[in-house]
Amino acid sequence: MATAAPQQTARPDGTAGFQAAFDAAVAADERIEPRDWMPDAYRATLVRQIAQHAHSEIIGMQPEANWITRAPSLRRKAILMAKVQDEAGHGLYLYSAAETLGTGRDELLDKLHSGRQKYSSIFNYPTLTWADVGAIGWLVDGAAITNQVPLCRCSYGPYARAMVRICKEESFHQRQGYELLLALSRGTEAQHAMAQDAVDRWWWPSLMMFGPPDDESAHSAQSMEWKIKRHSNDELRQRFVDICVPQAESLGLTLPDPELRWNEERGQHDFGPIDWTEFKQVLKGNGPCNEQRITQRRRAHDEGAWVREAAAAHAAKHSKATTEEGRAA
Amino acid sequence: MSETPSSTSSGQEWPLWEVFVRSRRGLAHTHAGSLHAPDAELALRNARDLYTRRGEGVSLWVVPSAAITASSPDEKDPFFEPSADKPYRHPTFYEIPEGVKHL
Repeated sequence: MATAAPQQTARPDGTAGFQAAFDAAVAADERIEPRDWMPDAYRATLVRQIAQHAHSEIIGMQPEANWITRAPSLRRKAILMAKVQDEAGHGLYLYSAAETLGTGRDELLDKLHSGRQKYSSIFNYPTLTWADVGAIGWLVDGAAITNQVPLCRCSYGPYARAMVRICKEESFHQRQGYELLLALSRGTEAQHAMAQDAVDRWWWPSLMMFGPPDDESAHSAQSMEWKIKRHSNDELRQRFVDICVPQAESLGLTLPDPELRWNEERGQHDFGPIDWTEFKQVLKGNGPCNEQRITQRRRAHDEGAWVREAAAAHAAKHSKATTEEGRAA
Repeated sequence: MSETPSSTSSGQEWPLWEVFVRSRRGLAHTHAGSLHAPDAELALRNARDLYTRRGEGVSLWVVPSAAITASSPDEKDPFFEPSADKPYRHPTFYEIPEGVKHL
């Protein structure tokens, strides 16, 4: 396997044999591990996707953290803090996975801060009321779970393993959101209206989280061939809609789509057209909170610099002292 | 999680550590993932926060990633080959008459 025999398919860099081994592993549903040979484009695709995913987790802390100090009870406050801490943890699992591909943590953060790598556009929407915390848990985390469960079987081992951990924890996120909305929905008239308003605002952006329609999705076909992706954007979006409709009924809330109805023939729900112009605008940086999110992210990083430096200095001093002690002994 | 210690862009990044968690007494430590920390003490604290938020562990190991020596995937076949042609190392290799018990 180490030497690729010259043949018609041989490349200038002699990777034909490696390519064949890689293709065979993917076809056999085996996992690719960090030290295996992999095509450059596979590596680049994974770095892009995992980095975007990691960035989304840590940027996603902001809209919810916005409500920690104003949570209506100690119970809700403790839950929200645990959830936001989880999001930080998810970011770290994913940065670790990206690092196995040879891209350093600092480099990834630099690219986030300078806008060269993106995060999910859903986090560029504001959390205007307490009910938004519930809508995010139910719909945004619900959409994320729908997307992420198949990623547990992704062909790249470290990414798949990170997703297993994340999916286990996301379930709590979704349920706490649902419970929160249920409490509001069954509360006073004003509380019910607040819950409905949050669902009205988060429903469409949540559907956009699955990405552009299949025929416009730039990377989908190749990612599915590589088994990074297991289902198409539209397939997952449909699955999510079908899951949400009865859940909304149980909440006593409606979904803001007049065209939403059960299609007996398809055995699925029909739903109205998505405003992709809005999606593209938010993606471009023109969403309600793009500027705020990245500014806050940069500020947090800069203001934490002294902590990182102090810890490094302490470690260096301590390791020097240990070395000298060793010498004296 | 990170089998390859990463190269850093700035050179100031905290070193990478591999985290092993014993989920309960009587079981071996299992690799859980990796993290960055300036020293072993903080690596342990970060590992607690990152990998045992839900009672996943009763004991933690942190090991500098750079201290791990791994077999190369390229030499997979020759390296592990000696075990492949010795089926007589497995109990199922041996034929025992039916009815013989406790074997």
